[in-house]
Amino acid sequence: MQDVLKVEGLTKQYEDFMLDGISFSLPPGYIMGFIGANGAGKTTTIKLIMNLIKKDAGTIEVMGMDNIREERSVKDKIGFVYDNAGFYEELSMEQMKNIISRYYTRWDETAYKRYLKRLGLKKNKKIGDLSKGMRMKYALAMALSHHAELLLMDEPTSGLDPVIRAELLGVLQEVIEEGDCSVFFSTHITSDLDKVADYVVMIHDGEMIFNDAKDRLLEHYRLVKGTQGHLSNLGGQRLIGTDRLPHGFSALVADGRAAAKAAGEGLVLERPTLEDMMLYHVRDAAGRLV
Amino acid sequence: MDIIISNASDQPIYEQIARQIQSQIVRGDLEEGALLPSIRRLAKDLQVSVITTSRAYEELARDGFINMVAGKGCYVAAQNEALLQERRLKMVEDSLAKGVETARNMGMPLDELITLVEVLYREE
Repeated sequence: MQDVLKVEGLTKQYEDFMLDGISFSLPPGYIMGFIGANGAGKTTTIKLIMNLIKKDAGTIEVMGMDNIREERSVKDKIGFVYDNAGFYEELSMEQMKNIISRYYTRWDETAYKRYLKRLGLKKNKKIGDLSKGMRMKYALAMALSHHAELLLMDEPTSGLDPVIRAELLGVLQEVIEEGDCSVFFSTHITSDLDKVADYVVMIHDGEMIFNDAKDRLLEHYRLVKGTQGHLSNLGGQRLIGTDRLPHGFSALVADGRAAAKAAGEGLVLERPTLEDMMLYHVRDAAGRLV
Repeated sequence: MDIIISNASDQPIYEQIARQIQSQIVRGDLEEGALLPSIRRLAKDLQVSVITTSRAYEELARDGFINMVAGKGCYVAAQNEALLQERRLKMVEDSLAKGVETARNMGMPLDELITLVEVLYREE
């Protein structure tokens, strides 16, 4: 099946930062989380997908269409949610909708009304009076009301309380339930992804760290803890972000079973969360730079 | 259909789902021909990823518990009574095997173990 989003070798050079050859693809009907620390390059990547900044190399395709050559059709198929979504503070949600809806060929007024109701939004409220959570919900309602095939969101959960985050994740699962719309969202709150994400892409300092199905990542990666003896037995294994403690060490390994075999009896293995995976990888990258 | 997922469990989530559906089929709570929720519906209801529920259903289909009919849905497969009996036996055997191993590692003699099983069986 054709990928909803396909990014290949995406590169953007800044004076003090470089997004370096990012590649991933997202099939229809799945949720992909895009994680990385602040400054990793998440927003740069999303801006490049939306053609808000100019790339230096690589290709971006949405539903098989080049995002620059066929920009209009591409944007028609994307529901874009981002912080400060360019709404006018002085307008009501209804007035703002009347302006934005005209840009979409497949605007669906019924769907819009349904989402307002579903998310508890009153159409005549002024945008400037909306709380942060309400504002995100409004952006989401707008993004979902024109039959988008890709919901693209930049840090939609940042600054929101757990209740609203859970509500948002519920909506995302509804969005993909029919199997033709996909969701791509960046976040540094990895616990949002532990549950619902199908795929996870992590970048750090502009470089790809991993890109895989979440279940596969969590099945094979393990946090290992052990003694100095274990550590020397593990010589042949790739240890990620090794933390040497006065009485032992901890590290992340990509293959828990192989590590357990190499280290010998007594090595402690734990299932990492995505947050652990992010922390150890970031520490690993920092160590390599020193 | 009841499925309870534990995030603290060491068992992967797809396996938790597959095992629970499997035991409901083996016990007869889910009958032959019963329509299961779609992969995507189940993912939404359980708040897990679609890949997780796909994997659970794939395992169930592979082991002959359900049939996946493209475009139609997933149904509980016809269970051969002899096969079902064998599966029930296998489930008991798997659980017992763990206990037996622990007993052996601790040096507990067989007759003591048998007495223990008898006590446990009659307890309820």
